[in-house]
Amino acid sequence: MRKALAVFLFLLSPVAAHGAGGETAHLDKVHIDLNDMASLQRGARIFVNFCLSCHSASYMRYERMAADLGIDEQIVQSDLMFASDKIGDLMTATMSREDAKQWFGTAPPDLSLMARSKGADYIYTYMRSFYLDESTPSGWNNTVFPNVAMPHAMYEWQGNQKAIFVTDDSGNKVFDGFELVKEAKLTPEEYDAAMRDLTNFMVYLAEPAKLSRYTIGFWVTVFLLIMVALTYALKKEFWRDVH
Amino acid sequence: MLWAEFPPGLGATIDFPYSCEERMSDVSQDNSRRRFLTAVTSGVGLAGCAAAVVPFVSSMTPSARARAAGAPVEVDISKLEPGQMMTVEWRGKPVWIINRTDEMLADLESMGEKLADPDSAEPQQPEYAQNKYRSIKPQYLVVVGICTHLGCAPTKKFEMGAASGVTDDWKGGFFCPCHGSMFDLAGRVFRNVPAPTNLVVPPYSYPDESTVLVGVGPEGVA
Amino acid sequence: MAKFMEWVDARFPATKVWQEHMAEYYAPKNFNFWYYFGSLAILVLVIQIVTGIFLTMHYKPDSQLAFASVEYIMRDVPWGWFIRYMHSTGASMFFVVVYMHMFRGLLYGSFKGPRELVWLIGMVIFVALMAEAFMGYLLPWGNMSYWGAQVIISLFGAIPVIGDGLAEWIRGDFVVSDATLNRFFAFHVILLPLLLVLLVYLHIVALHKVGSNNPDGVDIKKHKDDQGRPLDGIPFHPYYTVKDLFGVMVFLVLYFGIVFFVPEFGGWFLEKDNFAPADILQTPPDIVPLWYFTPFYSILRAVTWEWLPGGAKLWGVMAMGASIAMLFLLPWLDRARVRSIRYRGWMYKTALTIFVIAFVILGYLGTKNPTRIDLFAFPNVYWAQICMILYFLFFLLMPWYTSRDATKPEPDRVTDK
Repeated sequence: MRKALAVFLFLLSPVAAHGAGGETAHLDKVHIDLNDMASLQRGARIFVNFCLSCHSASYMRYERMAADLGIDEQIVQSDLMFASDKIGDLMTATMSREDAKQWFGTAPPDLSLMARSKGADYIYTYMRSFYLDESTPSGWNNTVFPNVAMPHAMYEWQGNQKAIFVTDDSGNKVFDGFELVKEAKLTPEEYDAAMRDLTNFMVYLAEPAKLSRYTIGFWVTVFLLIMVALTYALKKEFWRDVH
Repeated sequence: MLWAEFPPGLGATIDFPYSCEERMSDVSQDNSRRRFLTAVTSGVGLAGCAAAVVPFVSSMTPSARARAAGAPVEVDISKLEPGQMMTVEWRGKPVWIINRTDEMLADLESMGEKLADPDSAEPQQPEYAQNKYRSIKPQYLVVVGICTHLGCAPTKKFEMGAASGVTDDWKGGFFCPCHGSMFDLAGRVFRNVPAPTNLVVPPYSYPDESTVLVGVGPEGVA
Repeated sequence: MAKFMEWVDARFPATKVWQEHMAEYYAPKNFNFWYYFGSLAILVLVIQIVTGIFLTMHYKPDSQLAFASVEYIMRDVPWGWFIRYMHSTGASMFFVVVYMHMFRGLLYGSFKGPRELVWLIGMVIFVALMAEAFMGYLLPWGNMSYWGAQVIISLFGAIPVIGDGLAEWIRGDFVVSDATLNRFFAFHVILLPLLLVLLVYLHIVALHKVGSNNPDGVDIKKHKDDQGRPLDGIPFHPYYTVKDLFGVMVFLVLYFGIVFFVPEFGGWFLEKDNFAPADILQTPPDIVPLWYFTPFYSILRAVTWEWLPGGAKLWGVMAMGASIAMLFLLPWLDRARVRSIRYRGWMYKTALTIFVIAFVILGYLGTKNPTRIDLFAFPNVYWAQICMILYFLFFLLMPWYTSRDATKPEPDRVTDK
């Protein structure tokens, strides 16, 4: 019985998360904490100011964000809503898809679920990996997403970086870090912290229910453990008949 | 009969089902413990089932999308001339806003005996609109334009007398083409027509002089 | 109450059914851990049907709206996320439970006579369940949904002559499209659930006709008391109802643990690529079915021998079909005189161990790129070929090794454990 249970638990345990392979670029780890409301609020501010002008988050409503992040609806309406006027509206982009397609050659993807389809580390690293590259139409390139159509939206905060490539033993060009070539409004530490806030917010954005499901899950588990104990006692009691 | 409780009723006809080789002798002594555990487990289990029903039932209530679409509607009434009516949509329903002339308001007083519920005793309006004009400001009537009979849309008949095509002594109001229900200019229903009650007055308020907010009552009023 | 039941019984055999299948259905008293999974499978079926009904209230089977309607459920519908996670977790847990249930059959010889029909109906349930899961997986219209369906339906194209026409007929279009989504929706919410419920009913009717097997594999009906009740049997109700109730609660702790704390289960239950909408221009880097299909998917990909007549693809499809068909034949492949693993010889024990290991490795490799090396020494595809051969040898050699195996004598009565 105990052995069998161990087998069962083993089969249940995620031996290794698959689907992680295939990425060639190294991703920096980001610390996600959905209980850090201040971080989520700062992230929301960055998101609506920088991302939402071109990208949409069209599965999300401002109202939900206001309630979940503890931001007053009035403040959301005055400071965070540029593309729509009703608090119950979905977070659509300021720019139309047609315009965006003309400017960037491709429509910017919806960001609602980006943190779930790409992962938090990807977003965090991506936002810190833009570098100047004269060979691309936008003048920007990215080590995480080579030849990305998107220009660096936050260059004023981060400053302009150049990528340094070295040639390895087998003659391939290998990325070997960034060099800041233009001073920025933020120090590198401040910029990383800001991008962590943005990533944190996008993790929330990808699954708003995450804020509540752990708490509910805790109480459901407590209840079920009581039921386990009760049904175990009940089973024991009845099975005393069976010899 | 130890398991007579499982499921109620069926146990009465079930024979003592035990059939292992060694018959038990101490069953009767444990009866109370067994009953107690069964009762507690059933009770806690049923409470769990009841809790599990909640998410499923609430998933059928209006979603965030429906609630956003049904949010209060702000209406600018500064351009609504006396004697005119405008229709706005609130929660998918037509809401009429009528700027009543002094004449119309005066006529309301004389409708008395023709109406089924002249004093708006039935709770078809918020308390703050339960007056002889069925409105916050006497001049403006705000009412849901759905017949209280079977949900048709009554048509406006603001002409007086026979010209209205309703009755010869018509003093303006609404006529439902489906089954001939008649309402006056306060949305009150006539006697002897199919519609049982007055038209519904939705919650509304005036954030400022020229704006009606349909869906939210005046501050401090539920 | 007694009067009411009298009234009902005169018109409907309520008490009789209750007695025959619960209160006076005598099950062997020595059921162990492995015997929880039958009732758990019914529980998961009920969960899937109930949550499915509620999801259907909000889901839109339209290629333009499907993906957004799932996100609408996840965000705008009150408790929608909970119902959706219950359904997605339930799908995977259904297979966990069913695989355990089937493995129980292999352990204790539950497929052997007189329970051949119980096993066969069970296998039809398994196949119907795979169809149900496959079609359900298309409905979220994520990128993996789309490409998974595209790849699997294309397999039918490998069938000579009629293949391409058949694949087109299944899709109702030249690629997976709105028409495909609509018909998969119809099958997923109407046809297959109806079929599954009916098959489960038949499975239980057949089981109750012949009686349950047990870990000793002995026939409890051989020894009865003076009233004709098996000496080693106990009434299903209340003994197994309370025992299964306990099993249900333990299961629910694990199940809701996943629903609330790890609904994606590290990408095994909900894949990352499926959080991006279907895109006909962008194939995911690795098209991977969900874990419960990967052993069979591995076999499909393991056949790479192009010199085979008709091409490797055709043989891959046939190998995959055969790997499932083999399971149907079990009752006739096994020649052993005893049922339970407890009294079998080393040959069956070894064969079963190798089979399980091969099955698990095949499942793991099904999630990996065949050309990479994830185990050791050889690329994945070679390991898959080795495991595929071991998988088939388990069945093909079974008549030989089970008839030669040195079995121990079965006891007369069940042994208490």
